[in-house]
Amino acid sequence: MPDWRSERAARDARLEAGRAFAEGKVVVAESVTDLLEAVLRPGDRVCLEGDNQKQADCLARGLAACDPERIHDLHMVQSGIVLPEHLDVFETGVARRLDYSYSGPQGARIAKMLYGGKIALGAVHTYLELFARYFVDLTPQVALIAGVSADRDGNLYTGPNTEDTPTVVEATHFKNGLVIAQVNEIVERVPRVDIPGDRIDFVVEADTPFYVEPLFTRDPAAMTETQILIAMMAIKGIYAEYGVKRLNHGIGFGTAAIELLLPTYGERLGLKGTIATHWALNPHPTLIPAIESGWVKQVHCFGSEVGMDRYIRERPDVFFTGSDGSLRSNRAFCQTAGLYACDMFIGATLQIDLMGHSSTVTQSRVAGFGGAPNMGSDPHGRRHPSDTWMKAGREAQMSGDPALMRGRKLVVQLVETFGDGLVPTFVERLDAMELATKTGLELAPVMIYADDVTHIVTEEGIANLLLCRDADEREQAIRGVAGYTPVGRGRDRVKVEALRARGVIRRPEDLGISPLDADRSLLAARSIKDLVHWSGGLYEPPAKFRNW
Amino acid sequence: MESLTFRHTIQKPLPGTKRAAITGVVASGNLEVLLERVLPPDACEVAVETAINGYGDVWEAVVADFVARAQPGGLRISINDGGARPDTVSLRLLQGVRLMEA
Amino acid sequence: MAAADAVSWYEASARQRVAAFLDADSFEEFVDPTERAMSPHLPLFELPRAFDDGIVVGRGRLDGRPVLVAAQEGRFMGGAFGEVHGAKLVGLLRAALDGKPSAVLILFDTGGVRLQEANAGETAIAEAMRAIAEVRAAGIPVIGLIGGRAGAYGGGGLIAGTCARLAVSEGGRISVSGPEVIETNRGAEEFDSRDRALVWRTMGGKHRRLTGGADAYVADTVAAFREAALDLIGRAPAFDRATLEAEQARLEARIARFGDCRDGAEIWARLGINDPDAVPAMTDAAFLETAAGVPEASHDAR
Repeated sequence: MPDWRSERAARDARLEAGRAFAEGKVVVAESVTDLLEAVLRPGDRVCLEGDNQKQADCLARGLAACDPERIHDLHMVQSGIVLPEHLDVFETGVARRLDYSYSGPQGARIAKMLYGGKIALGAVHTYLELFARYFVDLTPQVALIAGVSADRDGNLYTGPNTEDTPTVVEATHFKNGLVIAQVNEIVERVPRVDIPGDRIDFVVEADTPFYVEPLFTRDPAAMTETQILIAMMAIKGIYAEYGVKRLNHGIGFGTAAIELLLPTYGERLGLKGTIATHWALNPHPTLIPAIESGWVKQVHCFGSEVGMDRYIRERPDVFFTGSDGSLRSNRAFCQTAGLYACDMFIGATLQIDLMGHSSTVTQSRVAGFGGAPNMGSDPHGRRHPSDTWMKAGREAQMSGDPALMRGRKLVVQLVETFGDGLVPTFVERLDAMELATKTGLELAPVMIYADDVTHIVTEEGIANLLLCRDADEREQAIRGVAGYTPVGRGRDRVKVEALRARGVIRRPEDLGISPLDADRSLLAARSIKDLVHWSGGLYEPPAKFRNW
Repeated sequence: MESLTFRHTIQKPLPGTKRAAITGVVASGNLEVLLERVLPPDACEVAVETAINGYGDVWEAVVADFVARAQPGGLRISINDGGARPDTVSLRLLQGVRLMEA
Repeated sequence: MAAADAVSWYEASARQRVAAFLDADSFEEFVDPTERAMSPHLPLFELPRAFDDGIVVGRGRLDGRPVLVAAQEGRFMGGAFGEVHGAKLVGLLRAALDGKPSAVLILFDTGGVRLQEANAGETAIAEAMRAIAEVRAAGIPVIGLIGGRAGAYGGGGLIAGTCARLAVSEGGRISVSGPEVIETNRGAEEFDSRDRALVWRTMGGKHRRLTGGADAYVADTVAAFREAALDLIGRAPAFDRATLEAEQARLEARIARFGDCRDGAEIWARLGINDPDAVPAMTDAAFLETAAGVPEASHDAR
C-alpha cells in the first residue's frame, strides 16, 4: 500500500517542530533562526523571497545565521539575489544549489562565486520561467516571504509591493510546503487580505520594516542630450510609425526620456491618444507628467516604487488598486501581460553582437535576466491581432501565403553606442559566451536572442531588422547604427547607404530631427522636484534623490 | 592626457562673421569646444586635449565626419575633453558651428 | 537661448547664467577663453583644463546700470578655486575700486579650494575676502547669488559670508565644511552625508533664508535671481563698525539660542514655524509666505 501522504506528514512534523518557537502563528524576530533550524531539513528547496524590489530581509538574516552543521545544502529557488545574505548562505554551506532570475546589485559577487565554484548553479531564468518551474519541478518545501502587516490568523497584507508573493505562496502552500511571512507589524485587522491566513503557517514580526530598493526612479537631472535624441527618434520612428498603444518600457534612462517627452515632443507631433495608452509597467515616477497630461489610460504593475504610494492612491482610474486604495501589483500576471498583451517591448542592454543577440552579462558581472526576455520576445502563442502587430508581421514576411501571415511583436533595443567609461555597446562576440565557457554553462546567458529583436535605436539612427532579408544585410544594418565603435567603423559604407535608401536604416535627418534640437528643455520634468510638482505634491521621493 | 591635432582642407568658408564662440563644459564625459575664425577660408584645424588616452583613431573619424558635414572653413577649433563619448563630441562641434554661423 | 524666466539657474552653465542675467548683449568678458588663461597645475596631475579655468568674469549692465560680474562653473572641477580662477575673481574685485560700478555680482557655484593647487586657491580666498572688504568700504555693494549644483562651500562659503547681501534658491547650499567633510571627520552619527534631505535642512537655501543667513529667497530661474539682485543692490547695508558689531551680536545670539539644535527642523520650530516638517516640501510661494512671518529672517548675519 503506497503512502500517498508522506509530504503532508513531513509538513505536519515541521509545523510541530516550529510551534515551540511560536505563540499561535506569531514568532518574535529574535527567534527566527531557532524557528528556521526547527522547520528546515538539509537539502530542502527554499524560496527566500527576494524580489526585484521588496526583500524578506529579516528572514534572510535569520537563515544566514543558521548552523551549517544542522542546516546545509539547501537548494535556493528565488527570483532575486539582491541582499548580501542571499549569497552569504552559500559561503557558509547553508545553501548549495541555486536557481534564480535576477541579481542586479549582487551581480559582481555572484560572478566571483560562480567562478570559484561556491554555487552549484541550476539556471538563470526569466521571471515567468522560474515561476512556472515552481509548479513543475522546483516547488519549494519552505517559502520565506515578506508583507507589510498580518493579523494573528496570518491574513497578510503585502502592501503595494505584492510582487512575487501570491505566486510563491500558491506553489508552496498547495503542495504541502510551509510558508513563513515576515511583516512590519501585527495588526488587529489588515487593510486588505492579499494572502488568506490559512496559507500562512508562521508570522514573524520583523525588527525593522522590510527593505525596498527604489529601482525604477530615474533622475531627470541626469538625462543627457544623446538620450533625448534617441528618445525623439524612437517616438517618431517607431511609436508613431507603428501606432504603438500597448507597451512595456525597460528601466533605463532612454525609456525614461521617452516618458518625459510624451507630453512635450509627443504632444507637438499630435500623437496623444494614438500611442502609449496602455502599459505593463512599474509606477515609474517619470511617467507622472504623461499621466497628468492625459496620455495614459491604464498601467498594470509588476511591483511598486518607493515614494509613489500616495500618488497611485489618488489615480485609481489609471492604476490597479485594492479596496483599501493602495496599489495591487503582481509580477507573474504583469509579466504575462507584457508577454501576450503588449505590442512592444523597448529597453536597453549592455552588449549587442553583429546578429543582434544582446546580453547584460559582462565578464565581471552576472546581472541575470529579470523579466526582459519575457517581454522582449515574440510570443508564438499569441492569437489576437492588432494594427501594430500586423504591420510588423507584414514587414517581416518574406514568403508564403499572405492569408497565413501572423503578426510580430516589436522588440526594440534602445542603446547608446558607447556605455560608461567609453566601453562599446556593439561587439563582435558577447561576453556572455565567454562566461558560459568558463563556468561550464550549457546555455550562454543571452538576454534577447537576435531573432526576437526587430529594431535597434542608437544616436546614429534606427535599424529596422524586420526589413533585412539576409544575414549580411542584418550585420550591415547593425554596423550602420553602431557609431564610432570598432563594429560601427567596420561597416561597408556602400551597403549601409543602400540600406538607408530602402529605409532599413533611418538617420535623425531622415526622420526630420536635428541633433541640435535634442535639448533638455524638451523634458517635461528636468528634476525630481519637477516630478513632485507634476504630481501635485503626491509623489514623495526617497531622500537620496532630493536636493531640497 | 593626450594631444591630437587634425588639419583639413575645406571647399568653402563657414558662413557668418562671429570671431569666436565657446560651448560646453569640461566635466566627466563632457567637453568644451572653442571656435575661432582665424585661419585661411580653406583651412580647418582641430586641436584636442583629452583626459583619456588611446582614442586617436576615433577622434580622427569623428573630426573627419564633422568636417565633411559642416564645412567649417577658416576655423581653428580647440577642444578640452573630459572623456566625452564620440556622439557628445559631434554634438558639441555642431552646436559650436551653429554659434559661429549666427 | 530661452527667455530668462524659463532658464533654470541650477541647470544653466556659468555662461548661460551671465548671458540671461544681464541686459541683453551687454556682457563684455575680461580674459576671455581665446586668451587661454588656463591652470598651470592641472597638467601635472593629468587632468583636463578649461579655457576660462572655470570662472567667467567681466562687465555688463543690469537694468541699465553698470555692474561687474563673476560666475563660477560648478561642473568644472566642482567650481573650485585654483590659481587662475582665484586671480580672475580678485582682479575683478580690485577693478571695481577703479571703475566704480553700481555693484559687483558673484554668481557662486563652488565646492571650495581646488586640491591640486590648494596653496594658490587658499591665498586667493583670503585675497578675495580682503578685496570685498575694500570694495564694500568704497560704497559698492557686493552681492552673492547662490543656486548652482555645487553650492557655496569651503572658501566659497567664507567669501559669501563677506558679501553685503546674498540671494539663494531652494537648491542652493551655503556652508564652509561640506557634508562629506563633516562625516569623514566626525562620523556618520554626527552627520550622514548621504541623507540629502538632512543636507538641505542644515545647509540649504530655505534654512539659510529662515535664519537670516541669506537675505532673499528666489525661485530657480535666472529672472528671479535678476530681480532679487536688483532689489538687494538697492538695500545693501553700510559697511562700518556699527554694522559689523551688530552682526557679531546677532551671531552670538544665534549660537545661544540654537547651539544645542541637532537639525534644521528643530531651529525652525524654535523660530515659531507651526509645522517645521512641512518646510522642505513647500512651494516657493508658500515658503516665502512662511519666511515673511519669521523676524529672524531679516537678521543679516552669515
